[in-house]
Amino acid sequence: MSALLQVRDLKTYFPIRSGVLSRTVGWVKAVDGVSFDIGAGKTLGLVGESGCGKTTVGRSILRLIPLTSGSVTYNGEDFLAYRGEALRRMRRKMQIIFQDPVSSLNPRMRIGNIIGEPIEVHKIAAGAEKRKMVASLLQRVGLDENDAGKYPHEFSGGQRQRIGIARAIALSPDFIVCDEPVSALDVSIQSQILNLLADLRAERNIAYLFIAHNLAVVEHFSDEVAVMYLGRIVEKAEARELYANPKHPYTTALLSAAPEPDPRRKRDRIVLGGEPPSPANPPGGCPFHPRCQLTRDAAAQGAAAPNTAITLSPRGMNGSISLRVIDFGGTTEVTSGDAKFPVLSKCAAEVPPLEAKDGKPGHVAACWVTK
Amino acid sequence: MPTPLLELRNLSIAFDTERGQIRPVQGVSLSIFPGQTLAVVGESGCGKSVTALSILRLIPGPPGRVLGGEVLFEGRDLLALSEKQMRAVRGKDIAMIFQEPMTSLNPVFTVGEQIVEAVQLHQNVGTREAYQIAEQAMHDVGIADPAKRVHEYPHRLSGGMRQRVMIAMALSCQPKLLIADEPTTALDVTIQAQILELLRKLQEERGMAVMLITHDLGVVAENADAVAVMYASKIVEYAAVNDLFDSPKHPYTEGLFRAIPRLGRAGGRLQAIAGTVPNPRRFPAGCKFHPRCPRMSGDALCAQKEPELREIAPGHWAACHHIENFGQKPITPPTSDAIRAKAEART
Repeated sequence: MSALLQVRDLKTYFPIRSGVLSRTVGWVKAVDGVSFDIGAGKTLGLVGESGCGKTTVGRSILRLIPLTSGSVTYNGEDFLAYRGEALRRMRRKMQIIFQDPVSSLNPRMRIGNIIGEPIEVHKIAAGAEKRKMVASLLQRVGLDENDAGKYPHEFSGGQRQRIGIARAIALSPDFIVCDEPVSALDVSIQSQILNLLADLRAERNIAYLFIAHNLAVVEHFSDEVAVMYLGRIVEKAEARELYANPKHPYTTALLSAAPEPDPRRKRDRIVLGGEPPSPANPPGGCPFHPRCQLTRDAAAQGAAAPNTAITLSPRGMNGSISLRVIDFGGTTEVTSGDAKFPVLSKCAAEVPPLEAKDGKPGHVAACWVTK
Repeated sequence: MPTPLLELRNLSIAFDTERGQIRPVQGVSLSIFPGQTLAVVGESGCGKSVTALSILRLIPGPPGRVLGGEVLFEGRDLLALSEKQMRAVRGKDIAMIFQEPMTSLNPVFTVGEQIVEAVQLHQNVGTREAYQIAEQAMHDVGIADPAKRVHEYPHRLSGGMRQRVMIAMALSCQPKLLIADEPTTALDVTIQAQILELLRKLQEERGMAVMLITHDLGVVAENADAVAVMYASKIVEYAAVNDLFDSPKHPYTEGLFRAIPRLGRAGGRLQAIAGTVPNPRRFPAGCKFHPRCPRMSGDALCAQKEPELREIAPGHWAACHHIENFGQKPITPPTSDAIRAKAEART
């Protein structure tokens, strides 16, 4: 069975321009070779910190920003080949919900027109029939049909997000990019919106690309989760598997950094030193190596000696892990912030491929050190 | 019983606007002891930030004014001080950090100049010595190479670095109380972990008290000793952190715990709190939570009479009419599967 959406080796670069002639002096590799599949009615969660490229992925596959290279296949057809009217027809099937429910709704338009506009533009209905559709959409997202005559400012943040959802589902899409849909909402409202999105998924068999920075929300909502770092997917697995059995040290650090609502649980937290590097000037080798605790521990434990079996009990990982038995090529000194420490040379020199790891099928990670 | 460092007694704040009076803080009482962290939790519009600002008398008036109550700091009512006396307290005894580190730093001055200004306002030191204090403060908050960074402008620093600078500035005069208003909300989760760890470490070293304002129950669990839950201008529950998380007594607190997804427990349906966060212009009558309350819906008492904060167990207060006669019965909403079955049955 082929997936509803197939993304292969997606790259989106932004030029850095400088000087009076605005010559391109470099590229920000916002997305640098991302591939994934999303099946019909399934949800892929995309997590990462600000600047990791997760929003750019969502917008690139909808062609809201031009991508540099790669392919996007929708229902077996090359989505990037569509032009003009054909592209517009395809867009019905692929919608987006934005983070900020304030700036994504035109303050001068009535709710009925905001939701009705796509219906009219795509010539699905007009007049009384359109109004009927808008009324039923409003009811479906938990608003009143009489709200159609109101303006966005008359609604709370959660209600505005419901309007954004009504607009997105107006054309009966098969696929929706949800770009941080609950990040701007109050805690008690977040769960309402997540439940609404889950119900729509169940009723209409909608597939989601669910972009968020809150791991607990992503894990709760997704079938599969991909973790991004500096424009690349560094780990991807089924949601529970990723949480229970992380294979990339960045995932481990993210999981351990998320504050948990349990005061009795004192965790052995990995506090990552330093900050995410700029995507305009990423480090060579594994992009995570300057902040990676695992490669430091491994180097300190003698893993640099070629082909030796080493077992570590790193903080944050469940129990101990056996490292890969390969030649890590000795150690290299790395500077991060004001600290200097040795890391495995292989991590500093070569980009690890995204490859299958021990664990459930489909669990992939890009790390030289873990098995 | 030690004496509290800060005590709010029955504090009420009003804003007089053209469209009538708003009362975002009504009868709030709380205490913070030396070295303790009190978290004030609540959603937007619950009055948690206004409460914090009113301690330092930073509410612009008009339109804002104190309707009544006392703000006792080391036994002294800050509301009775002159503006000049108050300036000696702000930044010296009580310091504050805000959510948005970009807008709280002045973009046209270097970070060093801004820290030095705070230092010289409260300490009788020369410029060179003030810069030394600034560099030491930046070093204490984990900024690498402070001698160089002190001459940089805010735009050169990342969000996490700016928040460190804010903390350095706040701590440069060794305050006894730090008010942190959503200090990590704008930051990424790994940077949030760094900043919270830093605050814990500095607090331990200096025995400083912290009032931590947040909406994140995870941050509360990991940092607070005591918690005040605010809803629609009032404290609805107040307890030691373990007591609150073990057995929340107020239906709002209980609802918040059920509504958040937790790591490692994927799937299923969240138990949302119905309705919306009330607008301060239109607080409901009676118990302000009653229109959203799953506990005793339709109860006439809740709709008419506002419940008082009562001590339910030693050191555990809650404001609800129905604590004793309410067992902890979880309400199970329909699952996604049930909804899917229903949808399939229709087609």
